[in-house]
Amino acid sequence: MWSRRQGRLRPTVCGVEELRRRRREREAALRKARREQQLVSKRLLRNDAPEEAGEGCVAAILGETEVQQFLRQAQRGTEEKEREGALVSLRRGLQHPETQQTFIRLEGSMRTLVGLLTSNQALLQLEAARCLHELSHSEQSTVAEACLPATSYLLTYLSSHSSDFIELCLYTLGNLIVESEAVRRQLLPQGIVPALAACIQSPHVAVLEALGYALSQLLQAEEAPEKIIPPASASSSILASTLPQHMLQMLQPGPKLNPGVAVEFAWCLHYIICSQVSNPLLIGHGALSTLGLLLLDLAGAVQKTEDAGLELFFFQKQPSLLPEGLWLLNNLTANSPSFCTSLLSLDLIEPLLQLLPVSNVVSVMVLTVLCNVAEKGPAYCQRLWPGPLLPALLHTLAFSDTEVVGQSLELLHLLFLYQPEAVQVFLQQSGLQALERHQEEAQLQDRVYALQQTALQG
Amino acid sequence: MQLPPALCARLAAGPGAAEPLPVERDPAAGAAPFRFVARPVRFPREHQFFEDGDVQRHLYLQDVIMQVADVPEKPRVPAFACQVAGCCQVFDALDDYEHHYHTLHGNVCSFCKRAFPSGHLLDAHILEWHDSLFQILSERQDMYQCLVEGCTEKFKTSRDRKDHMVRMHLYPADFRFDKPKKSRSPASAEAPGDSGERSEGEAMEICSEPVAASPAPAGERRIYRHRSVSELFLKPVLNMCSVLRILGCTWAAALLILNSERIPSTICFGQGAARGFKSNKKKTKQC
Repeated sequence: MWSRRQGRLRPTVCGVEELRRRRREREAALRKARREQQLVSKRLLRNDAPEEAGEGCVAAILGETEVQQFLRQAQRGTEEKEREGALVSLRRGLQHPETQQTFIRLEGSMRTLVGLLTSNQALLQLEAARCLHELSHSEQSTVAEACLPATSYLLTYLSSHSSDFIELCLYTLGNLIVESEAVRRQLLPQGIVPALAACIQSPHVAVLEALGYALSQLLQAEEAPEKIIPPASASSSILASTLPQHMLQMLQPGPKLNPGVAVEFAWCLHYIICSQVSNPLLIGHGALSTLGLLLLDLAGAVQKTEDAGLELFFFQKQPSLLPEGLWLLNNLTANSPSFCTSLLSLDLIEPLLQLLPVSNVVSVMVLTVLCNVAEKGPAYCQRLWPGPLLPALLHTLAFSDTEVVGQSLELLHLLFLYQPEAVQVFLQQSGLQALERHQEEAQLQDRVYALQQTALQG
Repeated sequence: MQLPPALCARLAAGPGAAEPLPVERDPAAGAAPFRFVARPVRFPREHQFFEDGDVQRHLYLQDVIMQVADVPEKPRVPAFACQVAGCCQVFDALDDYEHHYHTLHGNVCSFCKRAFPSGHLLDAHILEWHDSLFQILSERQDMYQCLVEGCTEKFKTSRDRKDHMVRMHLYPADFRFDKPKKSRSPASAEAPGDSGERSEGEAMEICSEPVAASPAPAGERRIYRHRSVSELFLKPVLNMCSVLRILGCTWAAALLILNSERIPSTICFGQGAARGFKSNKKKTKQC
């Protein structure tokens, strides 16, 4: 999925440093927005020839007269090319927020645009839809709300047969949905959920990806857990529709898996599951096995593409992957002897230990997972010994991070308890000195002391 | 992290996990000062734990702006005309043609030439406007079905249905695809700004002759729909379009057309290998 997107980047005039700087800025802005609970992002499809970086914008801001003129031409022009051209000019102007404001303030403008959207002239229809799409990208909710008269038609066209058009309508809907609750309050009774459920049967990958996007925006809404997801909300309910089954189908690993589509539906599932509305329902549809198999498939793909030693680089590009993966592993192993047994029998302990140097957060999580295994008793600890575990622990005891060391001490305690032979080797490998480093640390003192006693008595 | 090479093979071999090892806990395990307890962790959606992942997601969404500029321009092909009888539109891109066909010729009522965006709306229209059996039945029971996908309500009159759609589904009162039969006012009576009616008129001019004017019982009328006849001409083209799209190679479609002297005989565009579309005279009544 990532390589597909990145492959479409063209070399720009900007240097790599400039790109990195911009990315860091965007990232910082996103983090800030998230903390303020204002995280909104939209997709924009633009088919114009790209403007050269550095030059001024190709399209100019349009004034009221010009907007009126273009609308009139589009509506009443005699030649089709002329009408289409007028809409193209309008669309270009609408790339600017100022033009968008001018447009929505003009009386009758949306009505005209909707008329063109629903005309039988296919190319006019398409251009009108593109104008709407530009408007949907606005960051002003007044602009999104000005598009309300068009939503019933956007939904109607989801059951048409032109896949490009459907794709455009879906992205437009997705953008409008995320911008304003007023839009969602209208779209739900207008039947957006059944419309999406019908549309998800499309064979076109581009349509499916667009649908996933629109759906993810709907599920991200604040009111989603009460009003959109639960089965009790009748016709506007996601869980009561066939959408979950179809989503899971699109996440099945195999030759038919499309990364762009899978990404969108994975996010949809994430929002549904986080809402904690009815996860047993999803599990009943096979969510766990599908997602588990998919994870394995993806991990296998990563293995194949990355050279040995570059795996960590990959994780640096995707910093959320490791913590979230380990969190999953924790939840799987915490109360499950069979998952812990699987971890052991599949020889996954050593790979996990290799992750320890990545970061403190990752270290703590790896150690927690190992504790989950060790705390199940002697049968489990026997499988952890002998092996790379003890050397790894001695290594983490040299860390300065209190949490990492604390978790190491917990694991050592369990190992000593259920596998007493480990104590001797620990002593031989200067374990006591490793412990001494931390005996002044308030949060660690008691445990350090207890382990020292155990070691000396053993 | 090097995964054991045999891992995937073993997992692909399917479940059949060994019996879990016996669990045997010593109370000393949880004794002070040690405090580890194995427990699953739940995070609410807005928890900071998900910040990195959410930020990645939004960078991904936003990256589309940088990349759409690279989408290759619509591949252009030598101009060709729409093959549907009476339609004189010319195209130089397959995408445009496909959209045109679906919009204008896809779901067209063969009685009154109105075009509809979907089969569902066309079916409703034919039933309500051109089916006398429907009229008879509707005197005795609620027959006017709500047009919103997923809603199963039925009503006595189209007026009642419209009221329902406006009140319950927040649809516009002048929804374009639910014009009541009687109030089709001439274009001049409409406000000048209403291009809806005007375009409808244009649609009627473009799609000319009905392919079968004779009345037929309700069930059989469907087969005379314009769509089924034109499919004979257009299906090969559309199949080629859709197959190539499924292969994700719009470029390849263009290259195929641009580079081939002759269209391969396996792809049939109708009569002969001529590039233009000549209408097949067998089925239509026009000369």
